[in-house]
Amino acid sequence: MNRLSTRIFTVLALALAIGLATAVSPFASASPDGLEKVAEDKAFLDQGRLARIQEDSPIPDYAFPGVENERVATGLAGFVGTLAVFAIGYGLAFVVRRRAPRAGPAGGAPA
Amino acid sequence: MIDLPLALHIPDGFLSGDVAALAGVVAIAAVAYGLRVANVELDEARIPLLGVLAAFIFAGQMLNFPIAGGTSGHFLGATLAAVLLGPWLACLVMAVVLAVQAFAFADGGISALGANVLNMGVLGALLAGLLVSGAMSVLPRTRGSFLAVVGVVSWLAVMVGAAATSLELAVSDTVPLATSLPAMLGVHSLIGIGEAVITVAAVSAVLAARPDLVALAPAELTTGTAALQPLGGEAQA
Repeated sequence: MNRLSTRIFTVLALALAIGLATAVSPFASASPDGLEKVAEDKAFLDQGRLARIQEDSPIPDYAFPGVENERVATGLAGFVGTLAVFAIGYGLAFVVRRRAPRAGPAGGAPA
Repeated sequence: MIDLPLALHIPDGFLSGDVAALAGVVAIAAVAYGLRVANVELDEARIPLLGVLAAFIFAGQMLNFPIAGGTSGHFLGATLAAVLLGPWLACLVMAVVLAVQAFAFADGGISALGANVLNMGVLGALLAGLLVSGAMSVLPRTRGSFLAVVGVVSWLAVMVGAAATSLELAVSDTVPLATSLPAMLGVHSLIGIGEAVITVAAVSAVLAARPDLVALAPAELTTGTAALQPLGGEAQA
């Protein structure tokens, strides 16, 4: 059985994720989804609002700011977002794991 | 123009303060336990997997597919994360994805973030952890039955998330349960089919490429390659 190294597996899976988010998401359905549709039908959609902090979101509504073409704006948002999520997930795992108790008693995490 | 992309993502304004706070406490507890599990159990090979999985789920959540009646749905990912990483690390992955969506993309509310982590992450991940392991202890431990269980459980996880969302909206006095529950379950029974197809395809691909990375797979499906050298530093014979 053919096994991929962790590095190759990571690169392939990340490339797939970035490819989907960048090249396919601009062509995804724009119809209202799940909860949005129900909220619309049952007339509570307009209760929704953005939190104050979200008014300054770097990439509101998955459209990269300053890009005219909607599809390009969505694709760029997907590209940047996927990379950012990968970096944060990887970084978090790396940091948390390095504090593993077996590395020494100084970790200090309460049991 | 404020266009709120939702799926199961609850924006601010839908939930009462009490409901949002209670869901937040539960979500924080689950994520904290996930951090502790990562601290103690995360092995070398799964560190990149955590990042890759978060990236894949983020990408998948952007791909809305059309379902009946001018409605769309998208992949959620909690079952996939739980099957590959175990339920508690899956809570972490889902929290990363949902937090980035809320803060960077204005998708899902800030005060509702705990409810979103609960509905789309914690509930599905823990359900998958329980049901997949439980089912495989009574079913034949084959690739076919494992993938079938994963499919059914991923559908159920979406339904449980939809039901929880309805319940939270009802307790918040936003919309009565009798009004929203049938509608939410109806729409999500279709979205859940998409979830099952994507989850089974992804698990089956990982099972083919790196069976050792499928945490909830029965040992029979992962030991075929045990003779090969494990890739992490601390190999165990």
